[in-house]
Formats: sequence, C-alpha cells, structure tokens
Amino acid sequence: MKILTTPRMERCIGCHSCSLACARLVHKRLSWDTAGIRIKSSGGLSTGFEARTCLACDPAPCVAACPTAAYSQRKGGGVVVRKKLCIRCGACAKACPVDAIYLDTALEPYVCIHCGRCVPFCPHDCLEHTELSRGATPAIREAAVDGEVEP
Amino acid sequence: MIREYFRVLSVDLSSGRKTITDIDGRDAVAGGSGLAAMLFEKYGTFDKLWDDPGQPLIFAIGPLTGYFPLMSKTVCAFKSPYHDQYAESHAGGRSALSLRFADYDALVITGRAKTPSALIVGSRQIEIKDVHYLWGTDLYSAGKVLRRVLPGSGHRTILRIGPAGERQSPMACINADSYRHFGRLGAGAVMGSKNLKAIMIHGDGSFPLPEGSEYVKVFDKVYKDMTDTDMMSKYHNLGTPGNVRVMNDLKALPIRNLQATADPATEGISGERFAEVALLRNAACAGCPVGCIHIGFVRERFREENRYIYRQISYDHELIFAVGSMLGVMDCFEVLKLIDVAERMGLDVMSPGVALAWATEALEKGIITEKETLVPLAFGNSASYQAALQHMAYGTNEFYQILSQSTAKAAERYGGGDFACALGQEMAGYATGEAFFVSQALGFRHSHLDAGGYSYDQKPKGKQVEDALKFLVNDEKGRVFLTSMVSCLFARGVYTDEVLGDCLKSVGYGTLADNMGKVSEDIQRLRWKLRVRSGYRPESVSIPQRFSEITTWKGQVDRQFMEALKAGYAQAILELAGV
Repeated sequence: MKILTTPRMERCIGCHSCSLACARLVHKRLSWDTAGIRIKSSGGLSTGFEARTCLACDPAPCVAACPTAAYSQRKGGGVVVRKKLCIRCGACAKACPVDAIYLDTALEPYVCIHCGRCVPFCPHDCLEHTELSRGATPAIREAAVDGEVEP
Repeated sequence: MIREYFRVLSVDLSSGRKTITDIDGRDAVAGGSGLAAMLFEKYGTFDKLWDDPGQPLIFAIGPLTGYFPLMSKTVCAFKSPYHDQYAESHAGGRSALSLRFADYDALVITGRAKTPSALIVGSRQIEIKDVHYLWGTDLYSAGKVLRRVLPGSGHRTILRIGPAGERQSPMACINADSYRHFGRLGAGAVMGSKNLKAIMIHGDGSFPLPEGSEYVKVFDKVYKDMTDTDMMSKYHNLGTPGNVRVMNDLKALPIRNLQATADPATEGISGERFAEVALLRNAACAGCPVGCIHIGFVRERFREENRYIYRQISYDHELIFAVGSMLGVMDCFEVLKLIDVAERMGLDVMSPGVALAWATEALEKGIITEKETLVPLAFGNSASYQAALQHMAYGTNEFYQILSQSTAKAAERYGGGDFACALGQEMAGYATGEAFFVSQALGFRHSHLDAGGYSYDQKPKGKQVEDALKFLVNDEKGRVFLTSMVSCLFARGVYTDEVLGDCLKSVGYGTLADNMGKVSEDIQRLRWKLRVRSGYRPESVSIPQRFSEITTWKGQVDRQFMEALKAGYAQAILELAGV
C-alpha cells in the first residue's frame, strides 16, 4: 500500500496548502493544525520548513499504545483509524516518537492516513504518495520518480 | 469562522483590559479595509494627534481569509504619523491565517503600555508581556529572542518593530514574520508610540467546514486557476523584480532621483540578474501556493582570513528601485546590503531610499552640505547609503530627524522641493506617466496599489481626462473590495467579480455576494470620508516639477493633462467623501 512521504522538503515555501487540504478534504475542518501533515519553520542551523507527518511505522508504537483499537496497524505502515472507538486519552500522541499526531483541545487525535490527497496541492512537489519501501534515501526516491531506479 | 457579525478583540495597553465584542456589519462593510474603516470610526479620535494613546492600531482580516488561496493578507489601519490622517497598510506573512485561526476578525489595540511590551493573542490566551529588555534591539536580534520567549512555535505570526519604530519615525514599518511588512505610512511608529515592541498572534483554533459540497468544489477551481494557468507565473518566476527590465525598456524606471528613466547599467539589478546570482530560495505567505517571496543572500567577510557570515534578505521590485536604481546602486548584492540595513533598523525601504536620492541631489547642488549628511552621499556609493540609513533610523542629527519624517518636510526646511520625488509620500517605482503620478499623489494609500494608473499609462488610450478619471475611480472601487476580502492584489486576475461571488456564496455569505457592487462603493466612500474628516485636502496636493521633466517611451510628460487629471481626481475624491 502506498504511503505519504516528504522527500523534497527543501523545496517547501511554507504555504501550508498541504495541511489546509488535509484538514479540508479528510477531516472536514478549516485548520492548519487538525491535519495529518503540518508544516513548521525550521530554525537553527538549517532554514526553511519541515513537515510533521506520520513516517508509517510498522509496527506502529501508537497502535500499541491505543487502549481501544481505535488505531490498528495499517498494511504497508501507519495506522487505520476508527474514530468511533477513540476515547480521547491522548496515548497515541504520547507514544509517537516523531510528534506526528496532533491533539486538538478536546484531545481528538489527527494523524496522516496515507491517502495522498494533500499531494496535488503542493506547488513544489515536496510530497509523494508512493509504494517505495521505507529506508530508501530521498535521492534514490527522486531517481525512481524520474524512472532511473527500479523500486 | 463563518458568522454574520464580526468578532473583535480590543486590548487597552494602558489599563490592561481585554474585551471581545460582537459587532454587526458583515453585509455592509465585508471585512478588511471596510471593517478597519468601520472600527476606526468607532475607536479613533479625529481631532487628536496620531500618537495620542487612545488612538487605535487596527488589524483586520476578511470573510474569505484562510478559506481560499491568496486570501492571505491583513489590513492594518491607524492614524498615520506621516500625515496625521487615517491610513492603511497591508501585509501577509502568516499574519492573516494566524488571526483567522485565533478566531478574531479584527484586533484593535489602544492605550500605551507602561513598559516596552509584547502582546500575545491566541484563541485561548491574551496576555501583555513585559519585554523591556528588547527595547533598542534591531529586528533580527528581537526576532531571535521573541521566537524563544513567546509561546506557540510554528503556527503563529510575530509582528515587530526596530529602532526606527521605537523612535517613532514616520518611515518605520511593522515587520511581519521576517520577510513581509506593513511598510508604509508609519505603522511601526504607531506601535512605538504604544510602547509595543511585538505582537504575537497564535493561530491555534480550527473550525468546521461550511456546510454542503459547494465550498470544496469552488476551492478546487480557484486553486487550479491560481496554480495551473500562466496568470500567476510572473509572480513566482522572477517575481516583481521582473519589472526592473520591463520598466527600464519602457523608459519608465526612476533612476538617480528620477533624473533618468532608462540606463543600461540597471541590468545589474534586473530580476533576471538577481535570479541568476543572488536568489537563494522562495517563500510564501501562509495560504498562498504562488510563493512570490524571493529571498536572496549577502555574505560579509568579518576577518582577513576567510571568515564569513551570511544573511537572507527578501527583495522585490519596489525595494530594488528605491535603494537600487533611485540611488544609482546597480549591483544586486549592494542593493541587498542596503535592504538588509533598512530591515535591521525596522525602516520601510521605499521611503528612505527615495529620501536619500533627494538628499544626494541636494548635496550635489549645494543646498545641503556634508555637515548635514555626515557621510558623502553620492549616487552609486552604497557604503555611504548604508551609514545614512542608520542615521535615519536613529535620527542622529537634525537633518536626519527631518529627512526620516518625509522628503517633503526636508525640502520644506532646506529647499529643493522641485526635485523631491514625493507623490503624497515617496514615489513607487513606476515612472509611467500622468495617470500613475496622479493616482499615487492623490490615492488613498499613496501607493501604486490604490489603482492601476501605471497600467492605464501603458494603454494607448490617449489623454482623455474623463476616461482616465473613470478608470481610476472604478479601479479603486474593485480593489477596495478585494482588500476587504482580504485578497493579495496579485490574485486580482483570478478573483473576478464572478469568482468572488461564487466564493462568498460557497461559504454562506450569499447576501454579501449579491451586493458586491454596492458594498464596494460604500467602502470606497467610507474610507474617503474618514480620510477627509481626518484632514486630507486632495485639492491642495501638488506634484513636484521633476515629474514633468522626464521623458518616457511616450515622450515628455504632459503637465497640462496631468494637472487637469489631478484637479478632476481631487474633485472625484471629495465627492466620494461626501464633501
């Protein structure tokens, strides 16, 4: 199954179109927070922007932490979410090693479901919805997009 | 959030009182420019000076902010230190979306804080924080500390002032998120007068989508038009600096205090040249996939051995014109160095650049001496201008104190008014001819963005006063509706009346959509009414001699046509103001 990756974040201009698209199309919200992908400016030695999004762990620590099976393991990495089962305990967000899960004020969790609907809204092709196996370097993924490397 | 009323947060820095008020008027004034004007009428005092603590500093967004692409600007309104009249200045960055997600249609700041302060605003927090330790710091240093000490990293805007704002220079800007500015007419001085070093708005709320499927459909269409068509390519390719070569080819680029309108040397500061050697990356305002912000770099050798630092500096046509061609500085890295100094000082770049161009010619002509200028100002001498910009920010001597108020005031004091390139305020980078000069001289913001006079000049329409008048009045009316939404004006090709109507309807503002024509006319009238009531006399505005001495691709500027158009436009403004 395809996963969302962010191989070209150096190109990001900080328009937040991906987050807004995820909130709008997946979560039916107007927001740049309640989304499976969120953009932050990166200070320090690097400049530009970074994406906070699910890295498609398998097994996923958030699944192990979820007490109600609202989160279950997704084939290919990441989670399948059953909102009805969620009791808003916030354990998933605490368990996520990369801070990819956003909790709103009611502790409702928002996480990427790897649907790829944000991808066409990125004006600089920073994002990819791909079958590539995890662990491939961005350069290899880029080459693969250009048809030079067999996935 | 979609609602029929405005949710307005007012903060009184003197008493510390914070109030959230629901105010009616969505269908009458829409938001943005219209809302700001309505709020100034409510909170402002016409017969008191701009720096009276009671005067409001207003930030307003519109009904479509955050809902559609390029609805990404904030209108800032205030009584201006430049002319002590009602004024607006616009900026993007993350300011508009932050205010949207903090869930306020407008923020109104009155009073004067007891100590230098930062105002913190969010959907669940409002706080006035003492930051006396930042008073006197330049914009970069202040930014670094503010990012650390203010809560809510990421989805927030930080608006801040530098030394020029603290000294209350009418040329002081409010910097928004490092690369955007409420640049002109002295909004930075208003913050300074309120003892307010910074405003942080945390966009930490979220809202349900408008009901029905229409919104998502309209969004997709608008997004496609913004990104798929060629309409926006000039903004994300070279960006506005592409205008440098275009204007130069038209003999319409102001050069060396408008002593020339074309010079092959300007190739050194063309958008193409910048892109080739100095462009580091692009950035966008939040909510805009176009990404017109062009960021260049300067590096500075600080030791004999090869030790360097570098800085990232955003550049645009107006800045390149003001501290490039206008000052005879024809090297893009030298231009970036000048922008960098102005940025650090919290100065608007345009006004000081044009003011220094006047000062250079005044020095050449012997009207002033180096006793006044302190440094040997000379066209092309970037090092002198870098020093002079700091003198302007700090008001080192009487000359710089006056010059940093306005070129017109300096000319009044020292002479040389004939070659002061001021059109209501220091000119913008388009010497296209009569319609533009009149439009900026009399226009509401004294900006090239008030109406497309520069574009009218480029159309082969002849010199019919009536026709030009009609264009200026109608074009302003269209733009004032866009700045009430609040759209970036670069999107005006996409946001036609029909598209705007669809957008408004799709989120539930059907009444507003059905009355767009009348509402824009009313907002246009309201703004002029406030401006005139605060002391504006359009009939007394004059256009300095220099503007009729130039030659463009159309030939010599026609003074008679320009004066007739000016008189007609002044009359039209008074009629709009109901005088």
